[in-house]
Amino acid sequence: MSTTATRQEIEQRVFQALEEFGAEPDQIGPDAEFEAMDVDSLDLVELAQIVEDDYGVQLKGEDMEGITTVRQAVDLVVSKLP
Amino acid sequence: MTRNTVITGVGAVTPLGVGARTLHERWTAGQSGIEDGFGRASEFDPKEHLSVKEVRRSDRFTQFALVAANEAIADAGWEDGKPPGDPDRTACVIATGIGGIGTLENQHLLLQEQGAGKISPLSIPMLMANAATGVVAMRHDLRGQSFGPVSACAAGAHALGMAERLIAYGDADRVVTGGSEAAITPLATAAFAKMDALSNSGVSRPFDRRRDGFVMGEGAGILVLEEEEAAEERGARILGYLRGYASTSDAHHLTAPEPSGRGASRAIELALEDAGAGSDDIVYVNAHGTSTPLNDRSETNAIKSALGDERAAEVPVSSTKSAIGHLLGAAGAVEAIATLLALRDRIAPPTLNYEEPDDGLDLDYVPNEARPLQNGDARAIGISNAFGFGGHNAVLCLEAS
Repeated sequence: MSTTATRQEIEQRVFQALEEFGAEPDQIGPDAEFEAMDVDSLDLVELAQIVEDDYGVQLKGEDMEGITTVRQAVDLVVSKLP
Repeated sequence: MTRNTVITGVGAVTPLGVGARTLHERWTAGQSGIEDGFGRASEFDPKEHLSVKEVRRSDRFTQFALVAANEAIADAGWEDGKPPGDPDRTACVIATGIGGIGTLENQHLLLQEQGAGKISPLSIPMLMANAATGVVAMRHDLRGQSFGPVSACAAGAHALGMAERLIAYGDADRVVTGGSEAAITPLATAAFAKMDALSNSGVSRPFDRRRDGFVMGEGAGILVLEEEEAAEERGARILGYLRGYASTSDAHHLTAPEPSGRGASRAIELALEDAGAGSDDIVYVNAHGTSTPLNDRSETNAIKSALGDERAAEVPVSSTKSAIGHLLGAAGAVEAIATLLALRDRIAPPTLNYEEPDDGLDLDYVPNEARPLQNGDARAIGISNAFGFGGHNAVLCLEAS
């Protein structure tokens, strides 16, 4: 668990997770919308688990409400870094 | 108005390979998909057929069902994999014996070793027994009734029977139906072995004197059923007909069949009645034939009792399980496909590994080599039996077009 994770590192980790979820690599980017990448609520729960494991950031269901893009998700994680 | 059910597409993943015709051709040629005591679908690589997302989100049993459904739907000529009519009147009924037990076992291990926090949020949607039905319905936009029957090794046949009833009753105009199973896992294998159901020798030899239990297999069989007039209107190629179906219960023992075959015999009789067929019309019997000492004896009794000793002695009876093992909840569906394709080719595929007759098991089990059906120009009608733990008996009566 790192308290010195940079925004860029987190973004790269999210990109990697999205590719594992089955999103097309050329679709993945900071402004990509989850819906356009066919990333749904089950994927986001899994993403939350990855973020918790890697950065110690706990995301609850209500935290994720209104989060529709990669940038928003990364911002959320960064804002909650311990 | 009678609403008849036609079969317009078939798909399968089995230990003999990927594809319904592959199963038919290899079994008919006498090939076996059993190695080292298991019937694994070893030619199946999910990544060859499914997207990253589909593979990641589905247990192996759902993957089998998806691939078999893709084949069946393409075989039926559905454009873009979508129903050729109202999706709301298109149903999906896919059975399984145990569902995603591989996922369940893995996640339980993870729970014990690393705690609740490490469990995948996909656990439940992957392990639930109706996962294959839900995923296939989503993939192909099937918006009518969807569910999965639960009746152990009779479940695949129950699915087809329920699908036929949905069409006959008027609830659906077409149904994607079948069964799927991926239970060659440490717990399921150990548990079946513990109850002495599995073969110690690792050889599936139905009806042979030396038979000593079933061999675990895995895979899926999916069929596309359509209401006859609707299928004809769209110019579909018709492979055959699901003419009759019946189901009974032994109400005798949780795992052992009733020795006289009373319940099974009644299911065969009722299925023939449902089809409007007599025992003389039956030119082939695809037996449940598990290679367990109890089943093969009680099933032989049931066939004799239902068809009459004279007719039973004439009709070729063979077991698909001799070539692929026991696919549990998928067996009834896979074997219905094998029956249909055999009837279409007017051939009785063989019971492999059959060498030594047993006392009282004296039907024509088509030992080791396929044989042409002797039915001249008559209609090619056969039955496929499926019996399950719990005393469930389900019998399908099929006719090739």
